Amino acid sequence: MGKFSKAGGREMPELNTSSLPDLVFAFLFFIMMVTSMREVTLMVQFHAPQATELQKLEKKSLVTFIYVGKPTQEYQAKMGSEARLQLNDKFAEVSEIQDYIAQEKSSMDEADQPFMTVSIKADKDTKMGLITDVKQALREAYALKISYSARQATE
Amino acid sequence: MGKKRKTPGINGSSSADIAFMLLIFFLITTSMDTDKGLARRLPQPVPKDQKDKNDVEINKRNLLVVLINSNNQISCGGEYTDIKQLKDKVKEFIDNPYNDANKPEKVEEDVPFFGKVMCATKGVISLQNDRGTEYQAYISVQNELAKAYNELRDAVSKKKFGKTFAELDEDQQKAVQQIYPQKISEAEPKNYGDKK
Repeated sequence: MGKFSKAGGREMPELNTSSLPDLVFAFLFFIMMVTSMREVTLMVQFHAPQATELQKLEKKSLVTFIYVGKPTQEYQAKMGSEARLQLNDKFAEVSEIQDYIAQEKSSMDEADQPFMTVSIKADKDTKMGLITDVKQALREAYALKISYSARQATE
Repeated sequence: MGKKRKTPGINGSSSADIAFMLLIFFLITTSMDTDKGLARRLPQPVPKDQKDKNDVEINKRNLLVVLINSNNQISCGGEYTDIKQLKDKVKEFIDNPYNDANKPEKVEEDVPFFGKVMCATKGVISLQNDRGTEYQAYISVQNELAKAYNELRDAVSKKKFGKTFAELDEDQQKAVQQIYPQKISEAEPKNYGDKK
């Protein structure tokens, strides 16, 4: 090593890396802000339907998700291939929605509760019968702001 | 103080590596996808004791019934309609440009920015679906309805402000919304499938 520097005569000034951790931390915080933790592992097959007139969901913390779809391969033996609901990490019946919504609501700040939004993430092949049941349950649970999750259609 | 021995500085060269590890961990465990969807408002629940009473009487000319059957076919105002025609039909219904007596009546209202204008507040679109309808078909119809409203709002915003509805500020959006309020009623579910 020393041999080279002697041969070169001039020494290359070392790059100052002391601010590198700060840069990386700033980037880290940026990523933490713009992304969201994947909270649940999907137990249902879910391909969002396509639409064009989409609105973004405003506040992530106010959104509750309900997944609807056929159970994935590994659960099909146990649950059958009929479309099911998934609330948090388990399969559920429509009748359990009210409790689930009430529970989610109570975990929120009181001022935020009226702005609670329920995002229905349903597979595009689901029959409307189940979705209608879900909608009725949500109505009864007074979770009136809903959003039908969809993908941007490519035209 | 000067006599005190200097504490050796902690070697910070590895903190970059630590931060990188954290960064990579977050990149893997989080998802960037912003959730998008069609926002809707459900009606208030009906009290159980007066379930079959229709307390809101809507004049026939103010109501456009959109039906989707279990074969995902659409009927709009009583006739079979293709999904591509649905938007124009809905637009014509809401806007009622020729003041047709069979289309919804308009009400003159005082709207900020616009002054006195005729507002299409009376028209209601009633969306009904079968239990066997596919979700994609339902979303497509919802999407077309939203598109009809958005195009009408865009048109009036362009005319007045020279911008699309999405580019207006909050007050202007409110004014435009007052002219074209989105009124989509998702009726109580009926089991059409059983009748067949």
